[in-house]
Amino acid sequence: MTSEMPRTIRVVTLYPEVMDVYADRGNLLAVQARCRALGVGVEVIAIGLGDALPSEADLVLIGGGQDREQRRIAPDLAAKGSALRAWADSGTAMLAVCGGFQLFGNFYRTGAGEELPGVGLFDVTTVAPAPGMPRCIGDMLAQSEVPGVGELVGFENHGGRTYLGPQGQPFARVQHGFGNNGDDGTEGAVYREAIGTYLHGSVLPKNPALLDRLILAALRHRYGAEATIERSRDEYAERAHRAAAEVARRKGRPNS
Amino acid sequence: MAGVGIRERGALLLGRGAGEAVRRLGRGGGTALPGLVAGRLAPGLLEACASQLGHGLITVTGTNGKTTTSHLISAAARIAGLHPLHNRSGSNLERGVISTFVGEVDGTGTMPGAADRLGVIELDEAVWPRLLPSLRPRVAVFLNLFRDQLDRYGEVDSVAEGWQRALAAYPFLTTLVLNVDDPSVAALAEGNAAREVIGFGIEDVGVALDGAEHASDARFCVCGATYRYDAVYMGHVGVWRCDACGRARPTPVVSARNIRLGTDSTTFELVVGREVTEVTIPLAGLYSVYNALAAAAGAHALGLPLEATTRALAESGPAFGRQERFALDGRMVRVLLAKNPTGLNEVIRTLLALPDDATLLALLNDGIQDGQDVSWIYDADLERLAEREFRLIVSGDRADDLALRCAVAGLEPRMVERDIAFALNAAIAATPVGGRIEIIATYTAMMAIRGMLATRTGAQPYWESTE
Repeated sequence: MTSEMPRTIRVVTLYPEVMDVYADRGNLLAVQARCRALGVGVEVIAIGLGDALPSEADLVLIGGGQDREQRRIAPDLAAKGSALRAWADSGTAMLAVCGGFQLFGNFYRTGAGEELPGVGLFDVTTVAPAPGMPRCIGDMLAQSEVPGVGELVGFENHGGRTYLGPQGQPFARVQHGFGNNGDDGTEGAVYREAIGTYLHGSVLPKNPALLDRLILAALRHRYGAEATIERSRDEYAERAHRAAAEVARRKGRPNS
Repeated sequence: MAGVGIRERGALLLGRGAGEAVRRLGRGGGTALPGLVAGRLAPGLLEACASQLGHGLITVTGTNGKTTTSHLISAAARIAGLHPLHNRSGSNLERGVISTFVGEVDGTGTMPGAADRLGVIELDEAVWPRLLPSLRPRVAVFLNLFRDQLDRYGEVDSVAEGWQRALAAYPFLTTLVLNVDDPSVAALAEGNAAREVIGFGIEDVGVALDGAEHASDARFCVCGATYRYDAVYMGHVGVWRCDACGRARPTPVVSARNIRLGTDSTTFELVVGREVTEVTIPLAGLYSVYNALAAAAGAHALGLPLEATTRALAESGPAFGRQERFALDGRMVRVLLAKNPTGLNEVIRTLLALPDDATLLALLNDGIQDGQDVSWIYDADLERLAEREFRLIVSGDRADDLALRCAVAGLEPRMVERDIAFALNAAIAATPVGGRIEIIATYTAMMAIRGMLATRTGAQPYWESTE
């Protein structure tokens, strides 16, 4: 692969019209802006309810939604489960945030005891909080378990508590904030190049190391393991990251 | 009823003393503290005060436009010869409302001249259900429901559910004033057949957007199907219908036709029932037309003469920090409040009507009243500003987040500076004499910069303002 050849990645966004209540489209905007700077083309395919998936994808993005929206998409998403799991096994990069992360797990059990089926890509299960239990809301600071990603910042706002199963690998360890459940210090989940997280913010713009990792994984999925990206600093992203980390240290719930 | 019981009297005394102390110490208006103190000591105080109002009370709630709408209703009431009691500083949480009443009654809890008084109370959308039983309004205005401060309210759906539950539990409210263009507001008419409903909306597809905006919050009908839109005016607000169940936007009683949007004012035909009047309001943007319509519909529901409404719309200027203009060092400075994606989108649409030589000073704070989560800036379409050449300065506690959002949108800020006073000076220096500075600010940032502008231009601070 020579650097003169134009490179393009295919990004599939799942239910952007529905799972977008929490500004997670900032993740797609960040991918597009960063790829523009890197000279990488981005083909975006938006998948709505009932739409068929394309045969291939290099990067999959899904955001958060309210309970109503999650209930709407859950059956459609579960029907796409085997295709999404096959993509993940082939090394497709994925980012599933909040409600999207929950539905990429085994299931979501609502307050009424109803189980919304999940994709089963991450070995995690999520349960609605017991009556009277508050939502997990606030600034988060975490250290990623994924090499090269480092410190993570963002904002979480979720009712559901997520627990890792025996095969589940956490994406990060919480320093300030709640993370998966507020108890075990884990945040999100990772499977191959797929990442699930509770971080909004939007998460990708102000976590440039994570953004670059996903873009690199997408390029490698498309062009093979030797694909590389130019290492260049993004002053705006680094400053916003530092500012958000400062806020999380000051205001976020400490996790000992 | 003259006055209140002994417990309420004691609470009044202590509450008023606390507010006075705050003002003497120069710590601001002390608008919330009397309510906090008095509300704790005597929970029945609010009802005892509100029940004295001779002309009853109107509430205004919704995500965007509360302060401007209640400001306009209050102006119409005054022109009509009433003496409005209005929480005009935008103090719309429980303690702010109680403070407003505490300031209007004497030491025995009696409101002087109560026979001529009309309550005009703006309420935070989450607080409205809680205060409904104490305030017992004659008329309730519902403006719109957009995503806003999800860190505080949880989810958008729960706000609408709170309104519906309160309406079902308290049958005394007589008239609902509803924005028919917002399906989640229009839905309040269902199950309220016994109440009078006055709808307001825009009847001019010439000002519609080309497509749905990103920050759209009511895509699904209560029956589960997806809404269809013949026109979108902002967010999910427009001419909607559901093909599956047949629900559709009702025809409004109060509407605006033939809308002409200017940079600093807006002209339209105001339709109230069969009457049509040409009105020019000194406010820019389609969102200002919605606020004017909500005020006209509220005034109509109260039985105020149309003449009073049209004069109020034409003459009563902007409310505090909402398109207020200041002359500073030879520059025209305008303050535009934007605290959620739809509000910011509307401000951006207003800015796009300006010439390129304007300076934009954009301020992002993350206080409780701003929303502690700044994610929402990614839901607004800042990309639309990239086609223009405005001078851009970014400031506020989360200036770095806003600068990054701008960079992602392809905008290059000239300066990123957390200190608002410093950034204001930089904006003045960057703008030629005679030029415009447009300040876009979240709530606490607006309060801060408006204070600086008031001090530097000699304008009155808001707690001394007589409107």
